Amino acid sequence: MMRGRVLIPIVVLAALLMSIGLVRIMAGAGASPRSEFLAATMSTETVPDETPRWLVEISLPDGPPRVVTDRVDSMGRAVTVSCASCHSNFDANTSRRSADEPPMAFHQGLTFQHGNLSCVTCHNPDDYNALRLADGTRIEYRQVMESCAQCHAPQARDYERGLHGGMTGFWDRTKGPQKRKSCIDCHDPHAPKFPSMTPTFKPLDRFLEPTRPGD
Amino acid sequence: MSDSDKRTISLPVLGEVSRRTALKAGGATLGLAAFAAAVSPLAGLRGRLSAQELMQRHYKELSADDKAKIFERLENEAKERYGADVKIKDPKAIPGVRYGYAINLSVCNGNGACMEACHRENNHDRSTNQSYIRVFEMPIGTTDFKHGDSTYTHDVPREGKYYLPVQCFQCENPPCVDVCPVEATWQEEDGIVVVDYNWCIGCRYCQAACPYHARRFNWKEPQIPAEEVNPDQGYLSNRIRPAGVVEKCHFCLHRTREGRQPACLEACPTGARIFGNLLDPESEIRTVLRTKRVFVLKEELGARPTLFYFFD
Repeated sequence: MMRGRVLIPIVVLAALLMSIGLVRIMAGAGASPRSEFLAATMSTETVPDETPRWLVEISLPDGPPRVVTDRVDSMGRAVTVSCASCHSNFDANTSRRSADEPPMAFHQGLTFQHGNLSCVTCHNPDDYNALRLADGTRIEYRQVMESCAQCHAPQARDYERGLHGGMTGFWDRTKGPQKRKSCIDCHDPHAPKFPSMTPTFKPLDRFLEPTRPGD
Repeated sequence: MSDSDKRTISLPVLGEVSRRTALKAGGATLGLAAFAAAVSPLAGLRGRLSAQELMQRHYKELSADDKAKIFERLENEAKERYGADVKIKDPKAIPGVRYGYAINLSVCNGNGACMEACHRENNHDRSTNQSYIRVFEMPIGTTDFKHGDSTYTHDVPREGKYYLPVQCFQCENPPCVDVCPVEATWQEEDGIVVVDYNWCIGCRYCQAACPYHARRFNWKEPQIPAEEVNPDQGYLSNRIRPAGVVEKCHFCLHRTREGRQPACLEACPTGARIFGNLLDPESEIRTVLRTKRVFVLKEELGARPTLFYFFD
């Protein structure tokens, strides 16, 4: 629960930390074989780093999603509605674990394969424009990663260390910003297993027929 | 001067011709013809070799002025041959940086987006889908290439398999550099092993010496549509290479030396790739080495790769 609140400030605080002169002490001497292995190419001098760092931007939802209905507008586009437009009129069905049960008019195309969770494990039955944590605390959609981290601690830990999840931008944040994906960019929260993919590109050198003499 | 002397002088060969002389002359003529025939493909291969290019010295001997002229020539060639406006630069190694790369084999699913990103970023030949990366589908339980397959086209991941992307490991002790007879390939301060494509003679010793099949030979001049040429080019990295030279992954040095991530990392849809500075103890790559189960391929050979594999 603290994770998300730490993550974003980490980004902002990094510049502050650097400005007070975070001194980095090179590791390496006399530790594990791995660090000895690396020590050969590493200097052991301390490197004061006073360069401010660019921010890490994490792509997070701005707010609650729009829900696709079975209606289409005059242009043939699916009509979407906000969660609360219906859910403010209904009591929450806390036992519901699938979108396949009737009525089917809403949540079109939603497959649910996420353990044994129910809708309201993550969605907030008191306010469908928000989520909630296991202890009932209301969180915004922007804080969705806190919700994920409750169960997926190793992934959350690795994410904080920069070892999990895709990114683009700069490896060296003294030179430019970094943009990182959030949990739900890669994992559909309703069916989080990473999907099967079809390889779209193959180098042809090992099995290419000659296309012309000399090739 | 007698008449006989005149004859001898005016017809030196016919006058005293011996069988041996005739054979020598005939042999020389045939030999020349055979040599001309043998090298005729070269005429086509480097037909547009300019005097400036022919006289170009080794990269390390070039002054700033030399480089400016060479880059201008290469940019003009790219315009002439590919119709593309490219910019060739020569970023230097960043002091205090030694690059490391790590690939999470628990996450890589073999989709091959990295290969395609490399293909586009590095101006590879379109007809062969060349790339500096190969992703091998491996049976779980071995890291031996001979059990791997890079030609799979089925949906991934597959039960019982794992996926091993292989590219240049920028070894600390690179055997490919040792064998080059003309020093056309060397290791830079930041660990990246580079090739001077204009100095390489194409003998391919380095290709044979690399235990990881990381080097490629340009069998022909790359064909790339003008609109697909990546104009952001480095002299020692992704500029369009001539036919007949060896090339290899350079950790996208034209990007990474500006602080940017390599193209293959940005393209990876699974987030399996982690790149950074091995000399920075706070870097992600060092955190991988500190906290994960890490290995390198063929460690026993002592080449000391700086691309690591790890598991969650």
